[in-house]
This record gives sequence, structure tokens and C-alpha cells, in this order.
Amino acid sequence: MPAIEISALRKTYDGRVVVHDLDLTIEAGECFALLGPNGAGKTTTVEILEGFRSRDGGTVTVLGRDPARADRRWRSRIGVVAQTTGAALDLSVAEAVRHFGAYHASPRPTDELIEAVGLTEKANTRIVDLSGGQRRRLDVALGVQGRPELLFLDEPTTGLDPQGRRQLWELVTKLRADGTTILLTTHYLDEAARLSDRVGAIARGRLLEVAPTAEFGGELRDGATVRWRTGGLVHEVATRTPTAVVRQLLAETPDDEVEDLEIRRPTLEDIYLKLIAAADNGDADNGGGDAAHGETGRPAGETEPPSEPELPRQPRAITRSRS
Amino acid sequence: MTTATEPVTVRGPVTAPPSAARIARARAALELRLYVRARQAMVFSFLYPIIMLVIFGSISIDDTVAGDVTYVQYFTAGIAATGIILNTFQQLGIRIANERDAGELARLQALGTPAISYLAGKAAQVLVTTASQLAILVVVARYAFDVPFPVDAAHWMTFVWVALLGTLAGTVLGFAVSLLPKSAKNADTVIVPIALVLQFFSGVFFVYSDLPGWMQTIASVFPLKWLTQGMRSVFLPDAAASAEVAGGWEHGRTVLVLAAWIVVGIAVCARSFRWRRVS
Repeated sequence: MPAIEISALRKTYDGRVVVHDLDLTIEAGECFALLGPNGAGKTTTVEILEGFRSRDGGTVTVLGRDPARADRRWRSRIGVVAQTTGAALDLSVAEAVRHFGAYHASPRPTDELIEAVGLTEKANTRIVDLSGGQRRRLDVALGVQGRPELLFLDEPTTGLDPQGRRQLWELVTKLRADGTTILLTTHYLDEAARLSDRVGAIARGRLLEVAPTAEFGGELRDGATVRWRTGGLVHEVATRTPTAVVRQLLAETPDDEVEDLEIRRPTLEDIYLKLIAAADNGDADNGGGDAAHGETGRPAGETEPPSEPELPRQPRAITRSRS
Repeated sequence: MTTATEPVTVRGPVTAPPSAARIARARAALELRLYVRARQAMVFSFLYPIIMLVIFGSISIDDTVAGDVTYVQYFTAGIAATGIILNTFQQLGIRIANERDAGELARLQALGTPAISYLAGKAAQVLVTTASQLAILVVVARYAFDVPFPVDAAHWMTFVWVALLGTLAGTVLGFAVSLLPKSAKNADTVIVPIALVLQFFSGVFFVYSDLPGWMQTIASVFPLKWLTQGMRSVFLPDAAASAEVAGGWEHGRTVLVLAAWIVVGIAVCARSFRWRRVS
């Protein structure tokens, strides 16, 4: 049985459609990454699946139940790492983890859990003194504490340093290996490529494409760019047959080293950006195929994600000392 | 190895989640711990009545007011009632608004926390801290300002039921008032003035029977006036009852008014309690 089944899901705010007849099935044990720019309807969709938001149309089944009629037993089977949750700032990490253990039938052992998110050294530090990234890790710890069957991970690595991200990836990989179904929303496409089995791109409330991560983008990923340099001149050839291009290149220069030779396949990020751009141009369905060839020289290897990643909202201090 | 043959599908919480009572106990312990660590709550709700008693008691120790009792005796009753309202209504209202704004309540919701467990945790914290506060207050009043203890078991009983009813009313109204501020930023500015103005209108700092009629009328709608009057019936001699505006302690009416507010508070919470900020 699929973990999540969505059919013709619709949500409107003040007459504006933010989720537009969305269909999606996520199998049990799968890690699914939902990508999309801010305001695309990602969080709204996820919050409907979590049972925190009502819907205006369609059917939704999560772990065999309609989340709009969630009960405690159902809720105990899902884990939520949201961007909007806080924890009492006056608690230490260990105190918070110990406390929330009481909410679960069989919580993960406190020390093990703190270790898994890399907060062992901070176990006795008050949450108020943690960095944004460390708080994010605590959020993750509290989200998986109850050994959920289905885990919603909403931008889990936003605000983490590279080491923290890798640590978190390891944890997610381990959860997957244990059979946890994961719905990941993220701005980081390398994260989606690394962790997910399938990827879905959402924009303006519509799913543009859903595909296995390795096939995401369809024709968009067929294109490749062969690039090399002769002296100060950089050559770039966009092609569907890079091997032939290289073979010819080598034939032309049988003895010399070809400087800076590389074959670049479109990354998940390239594909995603093209999909979103096509959607913005209003022809999401057939605008893509040729764009891979038409556009040259925009690969920009190390670009940031398309939109500025949001920092996790810092929980405001609850207690203030008198100034 | 054995791991290869073990069924991998059996995982996750196969047993029912912990009972609401168990989570309530965990919450009560947590709330008390957080209360003690929160300096604002300590100063503005726990210590405030005690500090006020010391200040006002020291200023006007020999004054006699209506009913032929000392001002400090009259004030002890009023500030005991105020302590209950501050520790419940004000402290809870601000704190819950803050917890909602910071997403702490959203986490509780995500964890499937029964609302009743959350409420019970708060109620337990409020009961323990209010009882401690009243105990300290009574002892300070007795030994620093010669305000006698309640004279007999009947007066002690009155003390207990007035305090309990006031705590209950203040607690549910604290939950209700936490819904008022749009965000935590203005929780203080919305909630504190309500509690402050009521202190002046309800016979805490000034003798109630000396207040202008319109103030008395407004105050008599709200719980604090009835709490102060109930506390006067505990700490003042029975003869002072004739100096009350109504000529008596009005215990029956006190119960009715406080009970009505408890019903109102529960109704508001049941209808509109939110785990999340309005977005």
C-alpha cells in the first residue's frame, strides 16, 4: 500500500488557487523530494498531508487515513520536521530530548539520538545558546524520536554548515535503509539528488514533473556540453552525442593533450531551473525539450539555489531579563 | 546471520502512544522547571505580591481603614488575590502567547499532544507556584506586619476554596487571553494593562468601598474584585464585613461570578484554542 496517495488535491486562499488538482503517489519506503520555488505550494501541500491544514478539494490518504481526521495513533506513526516549530529556550538539548521522549511509545534512546544528529558536545547547552544550525539538528532529532514510519522533512539542512549537512544526510540515509518513508522538501538540489528515489517539481501549485531522480527532466537531461580550451579560447559544443564530439576532437589532435577537456551533463539543478523557467513562460508541458540545445553557456557550475534559502525562523525568546 | 531472516516490516510504534495522563505529568515537571528558570515570571508574578506587601506595608503600617482594620491587613487580602491573578491570567496568558508564537505549540501538535495534557501541565505549575506564593505571603504578613493568620479552620477553608476557584478561573482565562495578541511581541502590552487596571479598580491598593461607583461597577464584572473580597473574608475580622459595599462577604455571589468566568474561559478555549499562529 502506498504511504501517501493524493488525488486532485486543491487548496485556495481567498479565491486564489495555491494547489491545483495535484495528483501524487508515494510508495512506502520511498524517499521523495519535492522541489519548488518559495510560494509554489510545497509547504501548503505538506501541511495538508500532515493534517495541519484543511483542503478545498480532492482526496488524500496518508498511511491509510485521511489526515483531516487524524487521531493520536495515526500521528504517532508520522514524524514532522517543520520550519515553524520551536522548543523551550531555557531547556538544554538533553533535557528537551528526554522530555519529548515521554510522548512516544518507544522513543529512540536519548544519547544515541543526540549523537546521531551530532549534538553530543552540546547536550548540556541551553537551546537559547545554540546556533541556528544546531537548533535545526535538534528539530530533526525530535522529529525522528518516535521512530516514525513516515517522515516529513521540510528543508532539514537549511542553515547547516557543510559538515552538518553531511551528518544529516547520513542520518536520513540510515532512516531510509530502515524502511522509513520520507517526504523531503528542499532548496538544495544536490541534497535531493543524493537522498531521494524520486523527485517532483512543483510551481504555482502544479506538479510539473515527477520522475525517478536519475531520469528527472527526461529530454532535458539528454543534452551534454563538451568543453575544452586552446590557449585563451574556450570551446563549447552542446550535443546529444558527446562521445562522437570527443572522438572527433581526439582525431583532430592525435598527439596533444586537450586542455581542460570536460563533458558536462546537466545537473538536477540545471534541469530544475529549466523546468521552472518553462513553467513561468506558461508552457510547462512542451517547452523543455529543445531548450537543452538552444541555451549555451549558462551552466554556471557553482551557482546558489535559485532563491535565497530562508533561514529557519529563530524562535523568539520567551523570557526576557529586565533591562 | 539472524538479521537476514528477521521481518523488516515490523517497525515503528506498534503500541499505542502514551496516555494523556503520562504526558500531563511530564509537562507538569517541565512547566515547573521552566517557570523557575524564567526570570520574568519570577519577578512579575511570583515575587510581585510579596514585594508589594513589603513596600505598602512599610509605608502605611499604622493606618486604619474602613472596617476598623489596618491598611496592611486590608492590603494583604488584596495582594494575595492579585498574586493569584498575576500568576495565572497574566503569566499564563503571556507565556502561552509566546509559546504559540515560537512554534512550541506547533511542535506539541505535531507530536499529537492531547490539549488536555498541555492544560493540565500548566494547571499543575500554576497550582504549585500559587500555593508557594500564598504561603510565603501569609508568613511575611504575619511576622513582618502582624497580620493574623486566618483565625480558625472555617477561615482556612474559605482561604483554600477562594484560592482554588481563583486559580482555576485565572488559568482558563489565561488560556483564553493568550488568543488575543496577534503575536508574542505585543502579548505584554495587551495582557499586562488588563491585570494592572483591575488591580486599581478591585480594591487592592485602595479601599474598595472608597472607590467611585463607576469603578466599583466595572470591577464587579471581573474576577479580581470577588477574589479580593473573598480574601478579606479570610484575613479580616468578621465584624469588618459590615464595611463592605454590600454589607457582607457575599460568598455565594463570589462562587457564582468565578464559576461563570470559568465557564466562559472554557467555552472560549474549546471554541478557539489554537496550536499555531494565525498566518
